[in-house]
Amino acid sequence: MNKVSQIPLSSVPTGQRVRLANIDAGQGLKSRLAAMGMVPNTEILVVSNGSPGPFVVAVKGCRIALGRGMARKVMVKTSLS
Amino acid sequence: MTDTLTIALAGNPNSGKTTIFNALTGAHQHVGNYPGVTVEKKHGVCHHKGVRIDVVDLPGTYSLTAYSVEELVARNFIIDEHPDVVVDIVDASNVERNLYLATQLIELDVPLVLAFNMSDVAKRRGLVFDIPRLSQLLGVGIVPMVGSRNEGVEALLDTVIDTARTRATPGPRRIRYGAEVEEELARIEALLDTDCRALARYGKRWLALKLLENDKEITEMVHTPAVLEAVRLSRAHLSAIFGEDAEIIIAERRYGSISGACQEAVQSSTELRHDMPDKADAVLTHPILGLPIFIVLMYLVFQLTFTAGEYPMRWLEAFFAFAARMVTAVWPGEPGPLHSLVVDGVLGGVGGVLIFLPNILLLFLAIAFLEDTGYMARAAFIMDQIMHKIGLHGKSFIPMLIGFGCSVPAIMATRILENQRNRIATIMVIPLISCGARFPIYMMIIPTFFPNHKGLVLSSIYFIGIIIAIVLARLLRLTLLKGETIPFVMELPPYRLPTIRGLLTHMWQRAWLYVRKAGTVILAISIVIWAATSYPKPDSRALGDLPPEEVRMIELRHSVVGRIGKTLAPVLEPLGFDWRISTSLVGAFAAKEVFVSQMDIMYAVGELKAGGEALRARIQADYTPLQGFCVMLFCLISMPCVATIAMTRQETGSWRWALLQLFGLTILAYIITFAVYQVGRLFV
Repeated sequence: MNKVSQIPLSSVPTGQRVRLANIDAGQGLKSRLAAMGMVPNTEILVVSNGSPGPFVVAVKGCRIALGRGMARKVMVKTSLS
Repeated sequence: MTDTLTIALAGNPNSGKTTIFNALTGAHQHVGNYPGVTVEKKHGVCHHKGVRIDVVDLPGTYSLTAYSVEELVARNFIIDEHPDVVVDIVDASNVERNLYLATQLIELDVPLVLAFNMSDVAKRRGLVFDIPRLSQLLGVGIVPMVGSRNEGVEALLDTVIDTARTRATPGPRRIRYGAEVEEELARIEALLDTDCRALARYGKRWLALKLLENDKEITEMVHTPAVLEAVRLSRAHLSAIFGEDAEIIIAERRYGSISGACQEAVQSSTELRHDMPDKADAVLTHPILGLPIFIVLMYLVFQLTFTAGEYPMRWLEAFFAFAARMVTAVWPGEPGPLHSLVVDGVLGGVGGVLIFLPNILLLFLAIAFLEDTGYMARAAFIMDQIMHKIGLHGKSFIPMLIGFGCSVPAIMATRILENQRNRIATIMVIPLISCGARFPIYMMIIPTFFPNHKGLVLSSIYFIGIIIAIVLARLLRLTLLKGETIPFVMELPPYRLPTIRGLLTHMWQRAWLYVRKAGTVILAISIVIWAATSYPKPDSRALGDLPPEEVRMIELRHSVVGRIGKTLAPVLEPLGFDWRISTSLVGAFAAKEVFVSQMDIMYAVGELKAGGEALRARIQADYTPLQGFCVMLFCLISMPCVATIAMTRQETGSWRWALLQLFGLTILAYIITFAVYQVGRLFV
């Protein structure tokens, strides 16, 4: 199995679909994001990477807005499908 | 079965839970706080087929962890209060994410009904549910609903009563977490057998699961070293296998099991999910346009509140003045102390607060509109980049803005903040946002002492307040309210057209709190302050035939407030304040604008309108511009009015914060005014 490279969510351009690898954050925040559907291998669509502005993703059909700092801590795998 | 049931409504934020709550209970609602926490508690009553149903609206949550007060409140309510049935409101158009909370309610093993709200939207999105199949897979009853059109309410209540009658619980072990996790759960469960008091309160499996998830509250309840050690080992073991913390693996498995159920029982006929960016969002959250649009919208809210609200406010003012005259006209015999109590104390005090009701209704209507359409979430997002630096949440901006009008509704508006620490920090600094009641003070002083720089001085006062608020909020978040500055993560709900009924209900719920406050605490305090400014009376013979203005002044000086003012005068002297100012400041505790009317009395100018030309001439003769500025500064920072303190007490749930606000701000005002006056004197 070839290893898929991981990149921070903040560097994914608008409109691209990726899969969640892991989140580099404290237990509380990680659990909150997990409850909102951001668990490993979930498909994430970057709805708007309006750097430096809002960062919006769609996860399981919901819009979630993330602070920029947060988007840097979410590591994703580029989707192969 | 009994004729009274208690049901609890659980659900995600934006699942339409409030709409269903309103549909169920109509106008029979009570809004308060859960004891000891700043979490709004709403409950109401409905009747169905001869059964009285008490409905408790739990806070909107995504999960039932111990990481947020809201989730803890919801969880502990279900565990400790044993509602007969828990109704989980599920946004059917977003079924996977919404069922996550359902999986945790299922694990609590309580009688549960799922209400699939917004099933019309789900249909439009091309989702077709096999309800009987999904119900069988999850082990709970499901009722499709459209809360905004009252559809499905009857069916929901039928199901609720049935479920209560049979006390049908979903049954344990609905979700399997896979061999590795189950093995660890079994290991922990085995150890729990013997000596854990928490067992009586929670089921064994649930307890084991929460321990494995490293749930703070539950872990603190378990004192057996063997259990804690086993949990530590199990977590380490799982983390070694999966490269993730146990709680994330568990969350993943829950989503996995939902996914499995949905694959069997939910068909998605179109691929048209709402993944495409909304056109509205492209404009409203635009990196450059977003902020100006937000500012314009806030300006409109502000204008609506204070311009459109002005006329009804005048009518109410006239009404209270009329009421006072009527009371005087029909008063039997000479107007005595009782007359003064009714007219000056009750009508003056409560009237002074109630005349703002039109503004408050309009303000809450506007906020309800922004919230119900989904714009509020966007606004918070736009402001977050700025507010985050202060240590507050993007949404804190809204109550602070309202604070320019009046601190009381502003403090109530902090209910839109989900995080407790953010909420308290915001409440604590709101009095520094210069409210409308302080404006008459500025209008007395600025034209008198700074006729050539009116705009500059006025805006500098407002600006000083904002700066101190920012510094103080930052300081609070670094000290008393320390805690992880929660990185911004927020759901952006889809834009929705609000219903008139929903808007009016939201508006009225919050406005009613204000009215109730005016009728209770504020009324009581107004009477106390009235008594303190009226008693004790000086010897009436000594007053002789002095003109009435002189009599009023002597009476005020002789009263408790006058005496306090006089006692305080030496303390306030280093700030440039004499006994007149001191006495007026004491009176201003009732309401800031009272300062002006008290100064009027102190100078016995006896004008019809407080703070008029004659008073200005007098203060110009007696004080320097520096003293004038110091009065404004002190009024800005010090001693929020009693209504504000009472509201802080109510909303934070403790006198501790209210008293800290009162004394902290007053001490701060003293220090700052002292510095300004003493340094200023060297130059002027």
